[in-house]
Amino acid sequence: MDSFLLQILNGLDKGSAYALIALGLTLIFGTLGVVNFAHGALFMIGAFCAVTLQRILSLSYTVEDPTQKDFLGNPLKVQTPYVESWFGPNVGGAIIDWAVPLAILLAIPVMVLLGLAMERGLIKHFYKRPHADQILVTFGLAIVLQEIIKYYFGANPIQTPAPDALSGVANLGAVIGMDLVYPIWRIVYFCFAALIIFGVFAFLQFTTFGMVVRAGMADRETVGLLGINIDRRFAIMFGVAAAVAGLAGVMYGPINPPNYHMGMDFLVLSFVVVVVGGMGSLPGAVLAGFILGILESFASTTWATTTIPGINQIIIYLVAIIVLLTRPRGLMGRKGVMED
Amino acid sequence: MSKTDVTRRGVIKTGAVAGAGLAVPTIFTASSAAAYTNEPTGGEVTLGFNVPQTGPYADEENDELLAQQLAVEHLNGEGDGGCLNTFTSKALKGNGILGKKVTFVTGDTQTKSDAARASAKSMIEKDGAVMINGGSSSGVAIAVQGLCQDAGVIFMAGLTHSNDTTGKDKKANGFRHFFNAYMSAAALAPILEKELGADRRAYHLTADYTWGWSQQESIAAATEAMGWETVNNVLTPLASTDFSSYIAPVLNSGADVLILNHYGGNMVNSLTNAIQFGMMEKVVNNKDFKIVVPLYSELMAAGAGENIKGVFGSMNYNWQLDNEGSKQFVKSFGEKYGKPPSNSAQTCYAQTLLYADACERAGTFNPCGVAEALEGFEFDGLGNGKTLYRADDHQCFKDVLVVKGADNPTNAYDTLEIVEVTPVEQVTYAPDHPMFAGGALGTCNPGA
Repeated sequence: MDSFLLQILNGLDKGSAYALIALGLTLIFGTLGVVNFAHGALFMIGAFCAVTLQRILSLSYTVEDPTQKDFLGNPLKVQTPYVESWFGPNVGGAIIDWAVPLAILLAIPVMVLLGLAMERGLIKHFYKRPHADQILVTFGLAIVLQEIIKYYFGANPIQTPAPDALSGVANLGAVIGMDLVYPIWRIVYFCFAALIIFGVFAFLQFTTFGMVVRAGMADRETVGLLGINIDRRFAIMFGVAAAVAGLAGVMYGPINPPNYHMGMDFLVLSFVVVVVGGMGSLPGAVLAGFILGILESFASTTWATTTIPGINQIIIYLVAIIVLLTRPRGLMGRKGVMED
Repeated sequence: MSKTDVTRRGVIKTGAVAGAGLAVPTIFTASSAAAYTNEPTGGEVTLGFNVPQTGPYADEENDELLAQQLAVEHLNGEGDGGCLNTFTSKALKGNGILGKKVTFVTGDTQTKSDAARASAKSMIEKDGAVMINGGSSSGVAIAVQGLCQDAGVIFMAGLTHSNDTTGKDKKANGFRHFFNAYMSAAALAPILEKELGADRRAYHLTADYTWGWSQQESIAAATEAMGWETVNNVLTPLASTDFSSYIAPVLNSGADVLILNHYGGNMVNSLTNAIQFGMMEKVVNNKDFKIVVPLYSELMAAGAGENIKGVFGSMNYNWQLDNEGSKQFVKSFGEKYGKPPSNSAQTCYAQTLLYADACERAGTFNPCGVAEALEGFEFDGLGNGKTLYRADDHQCFKDVLVVKGADNPTNAYDTLEIVEVTPVEQVTYAPDHPMFAGGALGTCNPGA
């Protein structure tokens, strides 16, 4: 039973990342009609916002320590972070320790601006072009972005650990009388994802801006005829979608160390999530993200891989095929979307 | 009066055929004139360094390229001479190879077999490389080794650890200085028994490709021979990023050791995930839970950060080795690049010098002469201690390092500590060992 619960938790955790990325993809597709293959790169850049802030906070001055030697036998150069010398080792150390959560503050403006720049500078020129053109240009953009990151940060994964207070495992079993422990940061990630998803839905549902965006998604021309600059609002939504992907990346760093390729690792799966959920359906993207995350977790269990070898590698695609055969518009897809 | 059939049209046709014949690239005509592929004719000889300059192993292989460039400098008599000063063979004089200045070209393997073959082919056919060196994965090494065999050039493998490279896929034109999965297991097993005991239950997570299978087979055989029980072996897709769903079943499997047959990004992520789930703090079967990573590299250790503390593994070389060859190499590399060399750097540096030395001793660049000079060659002074290039399978035999993640590293470079230098006798196996069976060296191909 505890194994079952553990896989449910793992699935929810995986699903959190899928859902956040798919949510952004759907927002962009639903508003602008663009299939954005650079969305995985935005997730990756979010993770590197955390890496960047960690490096900024760890900027150090060097003092030679003659009592210690480096690998060549020269006096060891000891690095002391400026924040530790300014605020003392305790406060300075705590600031560095909390680099990942603090990076949220950096990532939001960076990702919104990056999203706007992408949309205004490149993608808007492809609105009226076929989807194949959009895919090619955004895929090319993704490769450019990841190569830029690799140039500055290298190809090796970079550790961005969670704060000490949020590391380690939580004994969930103590609450329900089972032997069940789970990493604290993964619980934090799930809660964070739920918060972001709730925030996006609330923004669209309860604000005037959101109402106009939803109206634009339903009938862009009519909203435009009412004198509303819907293009500007959709461009802002591109920035919001970029921020959602970026925040998903920031908080993912402590789960798996960021590397320049991590966006591509998620991209294809996230597209499958969008298709299964239903193109253009925000609740569908979230629902499919969690369902596929859970199914993927269970497909990786020993029982599943022994019973059907290789099931862990194909489960998501298998489900996609079944869903598309039985519900061609996806779980919650709307009539008319991607059907022209 | 005789009639001639010479016509204007005929002359033009004949001229065109003759011109085309003269214009054919030398790679096709060389075979008739030269004794072997890419026989150097001028004052220079070209080596081909085939490393993943892009892709997930680019950082690891950047070190390979730095080491290869350093080796070329030393061969040409530049810099401090590096291991030419400590190498027991004194054939190399710092005047290039056989009096020819050494130049090099580079190719990008992208850690993909087809891309690696294409770049090696280009270096051989277009740039005239007489030897290909480098690589970061066993799949790539085996693919490029086959190409070099067919093309008639020597392949000096870089970082390839699968038994198959010098086992079922061995080739007469291919040589491996790096150790292999069998050697890792043979070195690790006694240390694991000593440190963790003979009564352990091991759970394996294994990368689902040739190196992973080879590594798992080797370490499972070695640990079972000393009394460990293999509880399970789960194959994980190479493209996996989050291993949490593979880690979770370990917690309830009754295993008290997790063996991660992973390399590169797979290893960094699976180890990070295992630590996140608190495995190193668990007590199972009244024993402290332990994690083993059979193959380590410095860059993987850096990627895994503090998670490697106390985790056992093995290496082909570590810069902390205390012998004259190693000290000299660390000094040369460290002073030039500001960091100690990785074990992939050391193997590529050694391979380049070994090739050059074999050419000098053979008195030719002919791959068959070079291969003969390398076969059965015993040497020292390149960093690993006494080493033999075994003739039977072109595998180097030398001491193997068992290492552990350091508990209290003092800087970015001593995150791994050497637990034991396992003597070569302990990791030597018969050429017909079952794990290496199924292939044959064949005969050397000079290509001409």
